[in-house]
Amino acid sequence: MDTIFALATAQGRAGVAVVRVSGPGAKIAVEGMTGTLPDHGRSLRPVRDPDGSLVDNALILSFEKGRSFTGEQVAELHLHGSTAIVAVVLRLLGEIPGLRQAEAGEFTRRALENGCLDLAQVEGLADLIDAETEAQRQQAVRVFSGALGDLAERWRAALIRSAALIEATIDFADEDVPVDVSPEVSDLLTAVRTEMAQEAEGVRIAERIREGFEVAIVGPPNVGKSTLLNRLAGRDAAITSEFAGTTRDIIEVRMVLDGLPVTVLDTAGLRQTDDQVEQIGIERGTARSLGADLRIHMIDPGGHPALKVKEGDIVVQSKVDIGDSEEVGISGLTGQGVDGLVSRISTTLRERTACVGVAMRERHRMAMLGAIRDIDAAIRMMPNAVEQADVLAENLRSAIRSVDSLVGRVDVEDILGEIFSSFCIGK
Amino acid sequence: MKHREHDVIVIGGGHAGCEAAHAAARTGVRVALVTLDQRGIGAMSCNPAIGGLGKGHLVREIDALDGVMGRVADFAGIQFRLLNRKKGPAVQGPRAQADRARYRLAMQQEIHNCPGLDIVLGEAVDLNIVDGRVCGIVSADGSILHSKAVVLTTGTFLRGVIHIGDASHPGGRMGERPSVRMAERLDEFGLPLSRLKTGTPPRLDGRSIDWSGLEMQPGDDDPTLFSFRSTTPLARQISCGITHTNDKTHEIIRENLGRSAMYGGHIEGIGPRYCPSIEDKVVRFADKMSHQVFLEPEGLDDHTIYPNGISTSLPRDVQEDYVRSISGLENAIILQPGYAIEYDFVDPRALTPALALRDVPGLFLAGQINGTTGYEEAAAQGLVAGLNAARLSQDLEPVHFSRTTSYIGVMIDDLVTKGVSEPYRMFTSRAEFRLSLRADNADQRLTSLGRDLGLVHDTRWELFSTKAEALEVARLRIGRYSFSARELAGQGININPDKERRTGLEALSLSDSTFHQIASLAPELADIPTEISEQLKRDALYATYVERQNRDIASLRKDEADVIPSDFVYSGIPGLSTELQLKLNRTRPATLGHAARIDGMTPSALLLISARLKRKQVARPA
Repeated sequence: MDTIFALATAQGRAGVAVVRVSGPGAKIAVEGMTGTLPDHGRSLRPVRDPDGSLVDNALILSFEKGRSFTGEQVAELHLHGSTAIVAVVLRLLGEIPGLRQAEAGEFTRRALENGCLDLAQVEGLADLIDAETEAQRQQAVRVFSGALGDLAERWRAALIRSAALIEATIDFADEDVPVDVSPEVSDLLTAVRTEMAQEAEGVRIAERIREGFEVAIVGPPNVGKSTLLNRLAGRDAAITSEFAGTTRDIIEVRMVLDGLPVTVLDTAGLRQTDDQVEQIGIERGTARSLGADLRIHMIDPGGHPALKVKEGDIVVQSKVDIGDSEEVGISGLTGQGVDGLVSRISTTLRERTACVGVAMRERHRMAMLGAIRDIDAAIRMMPNAVEQADVLAENLRSAIRSVDSLVGRVDVEDILGEIFSSFCIGK
Repeated sequence: MKHREHDVIVIGGGHAGCEAAHAAARTGVRVALVTLDQRGIGAMSCNPAIGGLGKGHLVREIDALDGVMGRVADFAGIQFRLLNRKKGPAVQGPRAQADRARYRLAMQQEIHNCPGLDIVLGEAVDLNIVDGRVCGIVSADGSILHSKAVVLTTGTFLRGVIHIGDASHPGGRMGERPSVRMAERLDEFGLPLSRLKTGTPPRLDGRSIDWSGLEMQPGDDDPTLFSFRSTTPLARQISCGITHTNDKTHEIIRENLGRSAMYGGHIEGIGPRYCPSIEDKVVRFADKMSHQVFLEPEGLDDHTIYPNGISTSLPRDVQEDYVRSISGLENAIILQPGYAIEYDFVDPRALTPALALRDVPGLFLAGQINGTTGYEEAAAQGLVAGLNAARLSQDLEPVHFSRTTSYIGVMIDDLVTKGVSEPYRMFTSRAEFRLSLRADNADQRLTSLGRDLGLVHDTRWELFSTKAEALEVARLRIGRYSFSARELAGQGININPDKERRTGLEALSLSDSTFHQIASLAPELADIPTEISEQLKRDALYATYVERQNRDIASLRKDEADVIPSDFVYSGIPGLSTELQLKLNRTRPATLGHAARIDGMTPSALLLISARLKRKQVARPA
């Protein structure tokens, strides 16, 4: 049985981040960073990396087998909720052999199997696991959108093509297919490996994550979204005009709201349009705002939100300066109501932990490093690509499985499809 | 007609039917094989070959379970080739050209000589249904044949339609009538039926072919047979010819595309992508100047040649034109034109992993009726359906084959979980545990299981037990030795000069080491027979990879052990989306592992099902 770990995203405890480790190797793994721990109980320990540098002073809860949430041996690290600290701890745990990040719902599954949960508890947790699955998916969408998304798509195509070429020489050996496909496969794999290595240690994903939270301003054209953004940022970031449809692309402005790192997105106004360029802008804006942590739905007096209002979203009425109603709202122009809005945003965000993104980044990094190891093994076998096609293919399969979470699931049908469209198979 | 009571009735004497009837009879129940014509038993209606990649693996597995296909193919084999001989053993597949007549003869003998198996001549036109259960069949003369379970193997006969050019007529095979009433009965059950299509090339008279300028492909010098019980080919061995299509051929085909049944819009069924007609090849790969054609003799005393690679549904005169444009075939005489055939199949997601129809108790389906193609795929399903029909008749629990131990398991899991979008054929790439599921170790994987199920009889069991013991002893002996890196390097093995010592097995797992080199370091091992040492080497070769896969295998097996009862209620589980409830109700997964592979399944949904199962398990003993 593997030992698994994950950031337990305890809600409403923004100041503390809890990393939970469960499985037969839990105690010994954490002891490697903290020194000896009691079998069962609390202790305050310095957390150190292998070089001995101090990472954090943490409260450690250790649970004996049979006396924990999962029924297994468990250690919990209660860390200061800094993304940097959490990132280091997750990385250190991931580097211990036999430990891996938990899949969504895996702690609960283990608890269920060990008889530590009843049906009602499982049903109560199902929502939470769905939310976790969805949050992971959204994070992945967010990280792998735009330029990074194109990259992931390229990796996916290259991996499918490589696997298809190798599998074709195996499964269709008596057909009219090339015998030695190693030059093309080598090129494809080397390219993926290089790009992946850059991304694994690189900055782009980290930048996305360091943004902290994303807040999107959505609403119909000319409702005052851009004016609000400018007011929040205190500078003219978006072009504002009184003509509808001015903001065609997504404007991002990073700012610190009540001490929280927030990127505010100003999206194209939502309306029916014949202008293709504007339509694209609207679609991109919608996709991006759905992936944000929080949406501010701006409506005209008497209007309705154009997008679905999710839990925690904020609906405000705009332009209270020109309306003569007494309704609660804001004015980007005069600043009326803006302070109240900022505190509502920060209150909502504080209830969520800012470290989810960090955990996701670590998950992606481990996936890429795993894939790189497999790809390296495959590249080493290239000189014997014909004789060692079986183990080469196995390494590719393993690499693809590692990056499934990044590039989307690759099925044997994708590989067969590539083979049948490239080669004339069939005697 | 004198009707003895039978436990299992198998309808159809093709590859699925023969294997089903034989498997059921091996477990000791009384079986009737119902077929129209005794001479049709064991007929190869498409190409005269058995095995290949993935397919050869299936034949080995059938043989490991004491089935008939491997033995019969060995008797009939006139050219044996081990595909991928230069690659690793995991991807090597035995293949043989078979003499059609010898194959039929050997299969008929196997069926005749099988204790407890009766051949009943007649047409099964309907099923005998009592209280919603299938309890036998109705013959064309109206008589009823009783049984506790029925295996239906209709091949391409279910509402079969044959197309040659723009002409079409109902037919199950060239010159044989289709089954229509049975199809109507299946309609009444409300089963999800659709159409598939397959094709054959024209058959040529070998005496009209000019072989002098053609490349010839002989079999292997050291033939690899199918059955673990066979040692050497019994028939005279021959070569196949190879020729190629050319510009002229493609031009003729392009000019006449509109007259092809496929391209003229006469066919609605979906054909396989990996077995395209020559029309398809010319259209889809227009820049390819030439396609290979294998000229495969259909038998030693038969002049018929099967030109593999040019299946077609063009009219006869166009077939003649394009065939004669090919080098060596300038004067070729067509004995039977190529044709396309369309037939009904049942969406295999309506089946349990025992190949029983979930909603029609007592009825099992095997072969092309489940959307597959190929003799080997059909035979493997026949074995599973026959075995489970016999078990049902004895009130025993069904047996499911796992993806982790056999290609049979991979195929059935793919079918019942994902369904089919084109005729399903086995490929080694479908098996995620390919390195463990090898043709060479099919007996190590399955023969003990087969013995427990009553499928494996004494002769094979003794042979297998002797081999298994010899392997175990040899493995222990070689494992007792250990060698330094220097010693191994001294034998010419490519190894880093580290300080570690390696056991004999670890040394054997190095990719370029041989048993001979290791025996040079430990001469006491030299008495291990070659057959055993070669098998040890094959097992050792993948040891590190297999170890890596073991975690996946273990977790899959754990999920497969969580059996979901067939009456499990998905509706009303709080938190389970309506969409997933629909999917689960349609597929009715047999285990939690099966459920996990359903498209769109989420971790929380699995957890919810698992929690319900746990509660049921706790509740049951009370």
